[in-house]
Amino acid sequence: MTDATGPAPVSTVARLQGAATGDRVFRILLTLGALAIPTLLGFLVWELWTGSQLAVAKFGLKFITTSTWDPVAGQFGALPLIFGTLLSSLIALMIAVPLSLGVAIFLTEFAPPAIRRPIAFLVELLAAIPSVVYGLWGIFFLVPVLKDSFFPFLRDTLGFLPLFQGTIYGNSMLAAGIILAIMVMPYIMSVAREVIATVPGSQREAALALGATRWEAAWTAVVPYARSGIVGAIILGLGRALGETMAVTMLIGNRHEIATSLFAPGYTMAAAIANEFTEADTDLHLSALAYVALALFCVTVLVNAAARLLIWRVSKGRPSGGAGL
Amino acid sequence: MRRSITFIGFALAALACGTAEAPPAVAQSLTGAGATFPNPIYQKWFSEFNKKTGVQINYQSIGSGGGIRQFTEGTVDFGATDGPMTQEQMSAVQGQVLHLPAVLGADVVTYNLNAIGTTKLKFDGATLANIFLGRITKWNDRLIAATNPGVKLPAQDIIVVHRSDGSGTTYIWTDYLSKVSPEWKEKVGNANSVNWPVGLGGRGNEGVTQQVKQTDGSLGYVELIYAISNNLAYAEVKNSTGAYVTPSLASVTAAAASATFPPNTDFRVSITNAPGAEAYPISSFTWLLIRPDSKDAVKAKALKTFLEWMVTDEAQQMAAALHYSPLPQPVVGLVKERIKTLKTQGKPIA
Repeated sequence: MTDATGPAPVSTVARLQGAATGDRVFRILLTLGALAIPTLLGFLVWELWTGSQLAVAKFGLKFITTSTWDPVAGQFGALPLIFGTLLSSLIALMIAVPLSLGVAIFLTEFAPPAIRRPIAFLVELLAAIPSVVYGLWGIFFLVPVLKDSFFPFLRDTLGFLPLFQGTIYGNSMLAAGIILAIMVMPYIMSVAREVIATVPGSQREAALALGATRWEAAWTAVVPYARSGIVGAIILGLGRALGETMAVTMLIGNRHEIATSLFAPGYTMAAAIANEFTEADTDLHLSALAYVALALFCVTVLVNAAARLLIWRVSKGRPSGGAGL
Repeated sequence: MRRSITFIGFALAALACGTAEAPPAVAQSLTGAGATFPNPIYQKWFSEFNKKTGVQINYQSIGSGGGIRQFTEGTVDFGATDGPMTQEQMSAVQGQVLHLPAVLGADVVTYNLNAIGTTKLKFDGATLANIFLGRITKWNDRLIAATNPGVKLPAQDIIVVHRSDGSGTTYIWTDYLSKVSPEWKEKVGNANSVNWPVGLGGRGNEGVTQQVKQTDGSLGYVELIYAISNNLAYAEVKNSTGAYVTPSLASVTAAAASATFPPNTDFRVSITNAPGAEAYPISSFTWLLIRPDSKDAVKAKALKTFLEWMVTDEAQQMAAALHYSPLPQPVVGLVKERIKTLKTQGKPIA
């Protein structure tokens, strides 16, 4: 490139050689960049692994199957944390997925163009709010509302289910799930909207030509076509929900216990690490927290692998699924 | 040009004078790390001390656990902690470690019970322990009624709120409960974070406060300073002489004044449930961790100067202004004596 701009006429061979040098440098830079990420990941796993050795040696796999968390006696079991992480994320997805898919389909298929942009913009704006702000909003607004009206309503109508029984504290597994749902919704909505927007118009037209209503066209022709992309969007949301710390710890009640009721307090892995790390004064306690981090890492990897498998299964044998992530 | 040269000349001369007048070899900076609870007063002290002497003290409030670790690893010149180091932790330190009390802290019992309005409640230690053990679950329990004659208590569930993050506040609280309840001592024990038998966890003093404020029937514990500056409702607690004491800066200082120190004390003394008639029972020192014999003579000198200033009336009154209870005179005397014994390279600090 530098040669090409030289004042003297340059032979084609020399120019190509110059370009080749540029290419080589560029390739090395990109390779280094690409290698940096696995290296970083390697360091991360290594650090968690060495940091957790003390707890691994003492508790082994019993760590993830027992429930006692007693820093005084040096007994640590992370089952309630793993349970809480998975359950709060599950609740979040159960609320956020239908809602955000609904918004995405509405915006691409039904909404008049004039309101498409403003609504999409506002929903995406939600993604830019820091999680501690969600937490504060949760404490001051969401929890009082849930405690005084929504939870009692649930208990009165669905109280026959063990999920909706017991004392209502406000801060609870369900409150954490709801705040997570609000936090992951913009991610799922925005990716799903992009994906649905790329579905070729011919798909819709074909369905409409066959006599389908607009709703039927959207549901039978557009959404299945974008299916793998939508699953990808959900995974993105799930990833955020699994690792979310601040807003969750402010609303979940922080109790190392597995309860059947969603009104009861719980705990997540990320929240426990954030809460206890600064004042963990014994080596074993610190090591147990590193072990929790390692477990969180494994859970995230497993969930992601399972989701990839799902995408692969979903997209197999489908029309190219050009909308894939 | 000429003017600027003259100016530089003056500046250099001034600098030379400055160096000549300053005491020889005083460290210009010290680093410390540890407890978050006393951070506001430490920052105030370090900034005032910097104005007085020019010595810069950098303090990172990373938590007591972190303070102890960094002190043990020798990466800081001093540490700070809300709970004293255990024997095991102290033996991990190369050389020795000295705990010096800086100021006092206390926990208050805060509650929210609409049925009684603003009536002030009274608790004794056994009742508090039973509530936190989950043995007392209703507000109209006879043990609560016994210490609150004339108060119409409702048959409502008690919602217990505690700290979810490890904290010195929890250390003081569980230290107190361990003293007043053998069952608590055996089942739960005393630490920065424990295995709570019941209750919800709030993150930080503000998390506990918010939970208590929003929940009718709740009861929790928060740092005294936090309760005072946020106008929380808090209870009187029965002390070891049988008197019900309102938590205040004075009653916390009284607890420290009535504590007994063994001869040649290392100040790792718990003052919860202290014997004085006016003593508020859920009080504690917060400590600075110092090496009694340090290698760096220059830094040792600077640190000693700071410590001497820290126990003057001037510095202790700054603490009171920020709602920290100042050290009582007998303790100040003991600390002053101890500061005199600090050494560097085996010799007394000049």
